[in-house]
Amino acid sequence: MDGQIPLKKKVKTTIVSQKQIAEQIYDLWLETELAQDAHAGQFVAVYPQNAATLLPRPISICEVDKEQCRLRLVYRVAGKGTAEFSAYRAGDTLEVLGVLGNGFPIEAAKGKRVFLMGGGIGIPPMLELSKELDAEKHILLGYRNQDLFLQDDLGENGQVYIATEDGSVGVQGNVMDIIKVNDLHADIIMACGPMPMLRAIKQYAAEQGIDAYLSLEERMACGVGACLGCVCKTKEIDHHSHVNNARICTDGPVFEAGEVDI
Amino acid sequence: MINTKVAIAGVTLNNPVMTASGTFGSGMEYSDFVDLNKLGAVVTKGVANVPWEGNPTPRVAETYGGMLNAIGLQNPGIDVFAERDIPFLKQYDTKIIVNICGKTVEDYLKVVERLADEPVDMLEINVSCPNVKEGAIAFGQKPDSLYHITSEIKKKAKQPVIMKLSPNVTDIAEMSKAAEAAGADALSMINTITGMKIDIHKRKFALANKTGGLSGPAIKPVAVRMVYQAAQAVKIPIIGMGGIANAEDAIEFLLAGASAVAVGAMNFVNPYTTVEVVQGIEEYMQRYGIEDVTELIGAVENI
Repeated sequence: MDGQIPLKKKVKTTIVSQKQIAEQIYDLWLETELAQDAHAGQFVAVYPQNAATLLPRPISICEVDKEQCRLRLVYRVAGKGTAEFSAYRAGDTLEVLGVLGNGFPIEAAKGKRVFLMGGGIGIPPMLELSKELDAEKHILLGYRNQDLFLQDDLGENGQVYIATEDGSVGVQGNVMDIIKVNDLHADIIMACGPMPMLRAIKQYAAEQGIDAYLSLEERMACGVGACLGCVCKTKEIDHHSHVNNARICTDGPVFEAGEVDI
Repeated sequence: MINTKVAIAGVTLNNPVMTASGTFGSGMEYSDFVDLNKLGAVVTKGVANVPWEGNPTPRVAETYGGMLNAIGLQNPGIDVFAERDIPFLKQYDTKIIVNICGKTVEDYLKVVERLADEPVDMLEINVSCPNVKEGAIAFGQKPDSLYHITSEIKKKAKQPVIMKLSPNVTDIAEMSKAAEAAGADALSMINTITGMKIDIHKRKFALANKTGGLSGPAIKPVAVRMVYQAAQAVKIPIIGMGGIANAEDAIEFLLAGASAVAVGAMNFVNPYTTVEVVQGIEEYMQRYGIEDVTELIGAVENI
């Protein structure tokens, strides 16, 4: 990224809108100054108001609207914190820490054929990525069943292919099956999704001899690189930790597949 | 003009508010949020004589009003720490307290000796981390082993030595006396309380390490009680911590007998907590007409 790294901030944001778009999946627009510093693959940490659930919830940025100073978060209700968020309505406020993480390397894909691969709740960051990339975009999405989300938004920015585990829509199977069935080829991959999917992509990219950038996930506490809770194993000694661990919250969440041991 | 300065083992802090080891890195990560000049001291993440990998993930889990961690003292080793983290902290008008961990007494001594000529103000000895198999808490659960390691460290240390004690003991007064008798200059408490969480849907432990250290507001009453008991038992100063979220919590620790306090897990919840505590203590002093913060130390009415 060019220029200085913007300061991280904890800010009060206002909810512009929120709606449910699939089973347990919510689509939230926040008005916040953080939008000015945000880009694809980064995340924010959202604080529950209930003091029993202390820690901020890391949620990926789905879309950035710099003009209106808005961030879109699409998240799954996975526990008490996200259940609380899902009850909020337009006009309510939410405390948010951001902008966090490194994001996808947009320049690395410039002018290339790129696979944007999202699985389940790994799909949302693909939307802002599809907007920012100047490339030939093949967007490969894996869902559990016909309860799809964001596929129309993504279709505006590239060719969308869908796989469902139960075969109810598109290819039966996962995002790797989309590649096989359609005989697709890419020069570079950018992906976010469950660990088995990311492992398969890492292996595929190595076989094809192409770069793959993977967005990883781990249980987090501080979100700013202090607590060392959310580490992943690295191939080489990490420049900051001086052991084979990188911090997903600050050195990631996006890593080149060859750098990490997943 | 009110006085917020406190002295611990001859080291004068601008105010009694510190960071708890392991929750603040070496300050760099929180310098976006906090003016480090406003803190009494920065207590750094535990450092050993060589780099430590730490435990597998998941390393953290949320619990009711608190959290469990089993980081396992991941650290870059004393050489990197001395070259990178100490110069960073020296830019600020705050005291530097280096937390030290080890697997053997010799490991601790290597770090203590390595720091002898470094510009650090105090050493905090971690004999209370519950998340590593060797060392740490093994030295901090029996009075005689605590006495032994404390006296060995005191023979070599050039800076005042703070022994950080575990709450996972039967009698905190007895442990405190053992450290004092061995020459400790101060005590800090409490480290985390050993805990466990199970995911009932996956039927798995929430932490890869199975057990972890509980911290956050959930443990505050335990910490206040232990600081009080220790303060009744020893004359050396005590740095109190455990779930401090605001100035009211910090003042509770001072009244219980702590000479200074540290903010731990709440840094993760509100990165501005430390400076808000500093400001809140001043407001409390103004409200009650207290001119010197040291008037609060141990000032709970003992009836």
